[in-house]
Amino acid sequence: MQKLGDFKLPHFFNYPPYFTLQPVRETSEKQIQLWKELILDYCRIQKIFVIRLEEEFPLFSNSVVERTLSHEAREAFLSALVAEGRAEWLDKGRRNCLILWHRIQEWADIIVNFVKDNGFEDSVMTVEEIRSGIESRGTELQGIDRTILVRALKLLEHKGKLAIFKGTSTDDEGVKFSV
Amino acid sequence: MSNFFSKAEVTSSGRPVLLRNEVECHLLSAVDLEPEDHRHFSLLKSGLLILTTHRLIWLPSSSASTPTSASAVPLAAISHIFSSKKSLKSVFHSPRIRFQVLVSSDGRVFDPGSESGSSSGSGSRSVVVTAVIRGKGDCDGFLVKFWDSWRARAWEATETSDSGSASASGSGAATGTGGGLYSSDGSVRMVGVAGILRKEQEMWESTDKSLQDAFQDLNALMSKAKEMVMLAEKMRQKLLSGTSSQTSGTNDEDMGSKEEMQDWLLSVGIISPVTKESAGALYHQQLSRQLADFVRIPLERAGGMINLIDAYCLFNRARGTELISPDDMLQACSLWEKFDVPVMLRKFDSGVMVIQNKSHSDEEVFARIKSLVTKPEALLTGISPTDAAMTLGIAPAMAKEHLLTAEIKGLLCRDISPDGFRFYINLFPEIDPCNMYFVKNYGICSTWIKAVSTTG
Repeated sequence: MQKLGDFKLPHFFNYPPYFTLQPVRETSEKQIQLWKELILDYCRIQKIFVIRLEEEFPLFSNSVVERTLSHEAREAFLSALVAEGRAEWLDKGRRNCLILWHRIQEWADIIVNFVKDNGFEDSVMTVEEIRSGIESRGTELQGIDRTILVRALKLLEHKGKLAIFKGTSTDDEGVKFSV
Repeated sequence: MSNFFSKAEVTSSGRPVLLRNEVECHLLSAVDLEPEDHRHFSLLKSGLLILTTHRLIWLPSSSASTPTSASAVPLAAISHIFSSKKSLKSVFHSPRIRFQVLVSSDGRVFDPGSESGSSSGSGSRSVVVTAVIRGKGDCDGFLVKFWDSWRARAWEATETSDSGSASASGSGAATGTGGGLYSSDGSVRMVGVAGILRKEQEMWESTDKSLQDAFQDLNALMSKAKEMVMLAEKMRQKLLSGTSSQTSGTNDEDMGSKEEMQDWLLSVGIISPVTKESAGALYHQQLSRQLADFVRIPLERAGGMINLIDAYCLFNRARGTELISPDDMLQACSLWEKFDVPVMLRKFDSGVMVIQNKSHSDEEVFARIKSLVTKPEALLTGISPTDAAMTLGIAPAMAKEHLLTAEIKGLLCRDISPDGFRFYINLFPEIDPCNMYFVKNYGICSTWIKAVSTTG
């Protein structure tokens, strides 16, 4: 089986039509579905949170069959993810896409579990500590995209599980859990 | 009293029997022919005077009291035509045409065609004949044509037609005998520079004359065409106004005459405006059938399907003249639905229109495409329209249409790359998004994987 780094590629990755946006509706629906799953899987395993359309993305090219997804195709597949709520456009020009291989709610649940596992129920932490602190090593929270983290925290704040406040220094915020 | 003139033969309905190559040019009615010598020869009163390229023919009118047989003066026998003198006297008189005719020894018109022609009494004596035009015809026009015909000497061309050279007039009347410019077989001897110059002159004159004639015909044609167009327009208007006025109440008689009018218009080649709403004018129906017959052979040669544009070109080329417009072609094809013909017009999604046999089966074509596209090499690299064209035995453009149709049906997938536009067998239906890595060990997918892995 072909690999892209550590990632195992499915057999149809070498099927040339896979890289051409199909016009026939039934066929293209299937094609889009397959690409959506593939993108999410790849991003989850490689811990990729943002896809920039104008840069090279390893998943979008196949050197074995010498095919590359066109810009139109990339936009089509990512838009499909956005429509499903598994991604968000970061800019109006649709050049950068935030990939939510965990939905925000899922991230929130992960944070709550993290807090409970580590006994942080009443503690205070900085946002940066959550994503790069010792406790987060080996967990899914390690290296999480800051935008996503803040969003998840805000969601929890809304639910009353924590409070976000401005820290002593201007560049970091703090979180007080009350899980 | 005997007849001064030569006898002219007539048919049973009173029309003159024309000589070979003789053409009628002009005619005048109510004409008296008076030979100079009244005492010995009778007057021909009130007949029809016909000018031809070879003769002046006089036909008696049916109301003549004394039945006189038809007469003629060969133009060859005329030695001079007098120009018309317009004097005070001529205002009150009927117009007259006077000409001089050679006479033979018996005092009658010298007839070069008859036996008395060649030897006796040639060319010496001539008398004046007067034609009095009592009718309303165009006398001056007749005179002009008279001059032209007399000078054209069409009868000499007939005489010397075997030798192939038109003879110019050296001396006055054509005597037919040899000597001088004429060689023994009657053709003009082209000698020296004079001969060359004369030949040039002849050619120029005959070209000039034929050009004049042609333009005269054209003018006549154009004026007639104008009349016809105006008439057709009037008819069209009448027909249109007839159908629109529902309240006037169409009784059977009206409908009958209207149909007659339509038929008549169609037979002249004008498409009836009324039938635009109905099943299509007769013209298009006939064209439609003709096209269906014609297109059978090109269809076979093209493998059962032919581009509409190609068929149009072939059809018009075969017709030669009376070419049809693209619109006519389209209408003719669309009429096929209404008849029982073995061909049909088909429009692909891409907009391309083709003519195909009714027996043509899309399913059969797809089966052939499928077998082509599942061959090991095609599994790896797909097929191009050219590949399909070779297998199906049809034009590449037609093959592409078939491939596109197969794609729409879900049989194929397209692959666009720097290598070009290719088609593969569609694997997507067999892939489960929830279980992407799983491959059944039967079906197209596994076949494909096997084909790919043996080479890669």
